[in-house]
Order: sequence, then structure tokens, then C-alpha cells
Amino acid sequence: MSAGSLGKTYRPGEVIVHQGDTGDCMYVVQDGQVEVVQEQGSGPVRLAVIGPGDFFGEMALFEREVRSATVRAVDEATVLTVDKKTFLRRVHADPSLAYRLVQTMSQRLRKLNTEFAQRQPPP
Amino acid sequence: MSTIPVQAGEETPAECTAGRLELEDGSRVGVMGGGPAGSFFSYFLLDLAARVGTRLELDLYESKDYSVPGPAGCNMCGGIISESLVQTLAAEGIRLPPTVITRGIDAYVLHMDVGTVRLETPRLEMRIGAVHRGAGPRGLQAADWQSFDGYLLELAAQKGARVVRGRVEDVEWQAGRPQLRVRNGASQGYDLLAVACGVNSASIKLFEAGKGNGSYRPPATAKTYISELHLGRERIAQYFGHAMHVFLLNIPRLEFAALIPKGDYVTFCLLGQNIDEDLVRAFFGAAPVRACLPPDWSGPKESCHCSPRINVGGASEPYADRLVFLGDCGVSRLYKDGIGAAYRTAKAAAVTAVFQGIGREDFRRHFWPACRSLARDNRLGRLVFAVTRLIQKWRFARRGVLDMVRREQAHAGRVRRMSEVLWNTFTGSAPYGEILLGTMHPAYIGRLIGSTLAGNWPRREPARKD
Repeated sequence: MSAGSLGKTYRPGEVIVHQGDTGDCMYVVQDGQVEVVQEQGSGPVRLAVIGPGDFFGEMALFEREVRSATVRAVDEATVLTVDKKTFLRRVHADPSLAYRLVQTMSQRLRKLNTEFAQRQPPP
Repeated sequence: MSTIPVQAGEETPAECTAGRLELEDGSRVGVMGGGPAGSFFSYFLLDLAARVGTRLELDLYESKDYSVPGPAGCNMCGGIISESLVQTLAAEGIRLPPTVITRGIDAYVLHMDVGTVRLETPRLEMRIGAVHRGAGPRGLQAADWQSFDGYLLELAAQKGARVVRGRVEDVEWQAGRPQLRVRNGASQGYDLLAVACGVNSASIKLFEAGKGNGSYRPPATAKTYISELHLGRERIAQYFGHAMHVFLLNIPRLEFAALIPKGDYVTFCLLGQNIDEDLVRAFFGAAPVRACLPPDWSGPKESCHCSPRINVGGASEPYADRLVFLGDCGVSRLYKDGIGAAYRTAKAAAVTAVFQGIGREDFRRHFWPACRSLARDNRLGRLVFAVTRLIQKWRFARRGVLDMVRREQAHAGRVRRMSEVLWNTFTGSAPYGEILLGTMHPAYIGRLIGSTLAGNWPRREPARKD
């Protein structure tokens, strides 16, 4: 980890958040890559690999549900935590701060819709 | 047909359209000052305008060259990016790379004559960034870091801002529109002027009473002292690590002092009354200060230093038709997180200009509340710092504070009330109102009384068996 890195550095394979844990923050990848894996009945399914500038765990900012997936470092990755309280306090003062979050969540929803449609048998 | 009732303070539809000053496609915006406030404003104004499909032309005037070491490329500041600003910028999608952050800070060490205590970041991660505002101190030969202000200026340029290298020498108002003129340059007219020239630039005199477009009065200021101490990377890692060191010492005229580790340098910041060489010498002569510096260190004599002024009062009416004042020359936070305040006022001004309008009334309704909330919190901040000064003065109080923090740090899982209050006071991570509220909790008061008694209770040396 460089002296100037912000956040916390995780070793390859190290778990950042566990599926089923309660959370009160979201994470922004500063360096490296992390993978989002969901434990399903048939075994673990990799949902996404995300890199610098991307965020995960944002559902914890809006819901009181447990983490929906496990996130772990693919290679050495540095990840910064954004506290729920800090984020919501700023959003309350400046709602436009949530724009990027909404934009990314919209893109993820669009991608899911496309994948879902592709898996459906033709009518 | 249904109608939407108009709330008190809101505009009627007729007011909405009558003579409103707005940015339109092709509007021209001038920004005076390419420090954090000017660059953040330019970045967000262009970003927000692009979201709604408005194309703006923005000229950002900055005379400093951030690639030149020393005063010519420096905006003179301690250079701390607060925990809350680091997180907010991350949420905005603005990444601060390790080339800009010269050292991540994960702890504060509080030094007092009665002892020293270390406070870690709440999540044990690097959440505070130490930066060089310019290229680095005078005499620097080569650096492997980048100026923070230069980085933000680049981000603004990437959004479409045209950076004009020059100092604005004259501001005129023609038909209600600002006209800017730089030395040997033609006059340029704008639809909106954002002033972010700080309080140390001569440019602020262009807006003194009667010269501007409104009733702006510059903020009250106080003098500080900043010096860059060259210790070298290895000794900084050995003596400072990733911790910022703050000092509560009972030295006459000294209010607050900090040592901030960076790449090869440690930045020394001092707040006090009538700062002079004697005060600086008294500080470096104090035992707690000597203890955290290498024993063979020669002293600050040859260091690059400056005595910039900081905003301690807030400007009055930092807006008018087609005019808005941001950052230090507007309203800032008292003593802490000036860059965070620059971000907040710049963003509020950009949101107002794009979505509400650029008239005096638009800024009063939508930009001023962000400034007012800072100004109100600063009033509570004065109270927080008045209490800090008393602790600095009273040895028994310092012992009580130290005892309480040590007990909190020794018990994992215990609510760390004093640690949180000190952390938020020194880092500027939380509003002063929240800090003050934390000190009113019965558990905080009870434990402080207990710790003050325990910390000052005369202790007997254990009797020797022989």
C-alpha cells in the first residue's frame, strides 16, 4: 500500500463484506479489483467484478436489510468506506450528491433487465 | 382542474418567469481563482449543466503555476482533506490518487504536558489525506507527488473549463454584467462571475465596499503560521507514521499547533495571537514537541514558511445579481476543514446557478442557506474552542481529559465519548454543533468528573519491600 493511499488494503481473496452481515456503510474501490459473489442454493455465483471508482454495498445506505452478497478482493485492492451517517447528512444538505449513486443503480437495473429478458424463452 | 398551493417562501408561477436571470445555452461564466473553491465550482457547474443539456463557456482565471515549488505555486494552507470530504468526494466520483495524497492519515496523536494519547480513525483505515496545495516547498528539486490544487484545476479543465493564466486586475459592471480584464488582455464580459480568490489575494480589493455589484463585505481574518520542515521519508515514517500530531500546550499566545506528515516534509501549522519568532521558538522548545521530532533535527530556521490569513468571520452578503463569492472569501469553517467548506459552498452555488437562477434572490434562497449553516455552526465552534483554551490553560483539566481518553482506549467496545469529541474537534469531521451535543451527554459529564478526580488524585509511590 502506498503512503498516500486512502482506505484499507485487502489481500487477494480477502473478504471485505460477508453476505448476511448487517451493514452501515458503502464502499468505493480506490485501487485494484473486487468481485461480488452471491451464495445460492446451487453454489456461489459471481455477479460482477468492479474496479477503481466503482462502489458496492450501497443498499445498506437505504435499507436495514443484511448484505445481499459477499465481496472479496480479486487482487490486492484498496477500498474506502463511506459511512451511512456522513453520506445521508450530506445528501440531506445536497440531494444532487445522490445522482451518481442513482445513475449507477439505474445502469445496474438496466443490465439486469437485459439479462433477465435474454434468459426468458420466446413467447 | 387542480392547482398546487404555493407554500410560504416559494415563488408564484408569475414570479418564476418575470425578469429571471438564468444561465442559458451559450452563457459565459467567469471564475476568479483556481484554488479548491474555484475548481470545485467550475467542475460541478459544467457537470450539472451537461446533465440538463446546457452548454456553457467557462473561463477560470488563475495566476499561480502549481507546478512551480514555493510561494509562486502555493495557496498556503495546512493541506488536510478531512474524513468527511474524502468520503463525499468518493461518493461524487472524484478519486484522490496516491500521487496527490502525500500521506494517508489514520490517527491523531494528542500531546499535552501531562501526557500523550493516540486516537485512531473510527474504522481503522486511512480516511484523512495530507496534501501539498502547491508543487511543494521552496528549493524542492524533484517530487513524486502532484499539487492538490493543480489536480482539481485539471479536473475542472477536463470538464471543459478554459484555464486563463493571469490575474484579474479590473472588474467593471456594464449593463449589470461583469467585465473582467487581465494585464495586457482585452476585457471579457460574462453572464455570471464566481469569485474564489481567497483572503490572501489582492483581487479581493476589487470588491471592497462600493466597487462590486452588491453589499459584499469581506470576512474577518486571522494570521497563521505555516512552515514545511524537511525530515526525509524514512524519518517521517519512523517518527510520525501515518499520524497527525496536535498539541495542547500552555504556552502564552499559542492557541493550536499541529505537525502534519507528508512525503518528505512535515507541515507545521500554528494558530495564535501576534505570532512571531519567539512564539515559534517557544513551541519547538517545549518538551512534548522535542519528544516527537528526531533529536538531531536542526530546527525550522531554513524552512519554507508563510503567514497566511484565514477566514474567521464569514463575509456578509456573498452574492448579488450575477455574482457569487465562494470558499475563503465567502463563508468558511472556523479553523478546520476549509477545503471541505470550499466544496460545500462551491457545490451549493453551482446547483443554484444551474437549477434556480443567477439573480441575487436565487442565491439568497438557495446558496445562502449552505453558507448560513456554516456560519451558525461556527458560532458553536467558538464555544468549542473557548473550552479547548480553558483545558489548555488548566492543568487539572488536561489530566482529566487524558485520563478519560486513556480509559476509553483501554476498554474495547466502550462508547468512546471523549475520544470522539477530540477526534471531531481536531479533524473537523463533524459539525461543531454535534461536538457540543456530545459533551452534554450525562455519561460524558459523569465520566469527565470521575476522570478529573482520578487524574488529579495524589498518588503515593509504592513502598519498597527492601
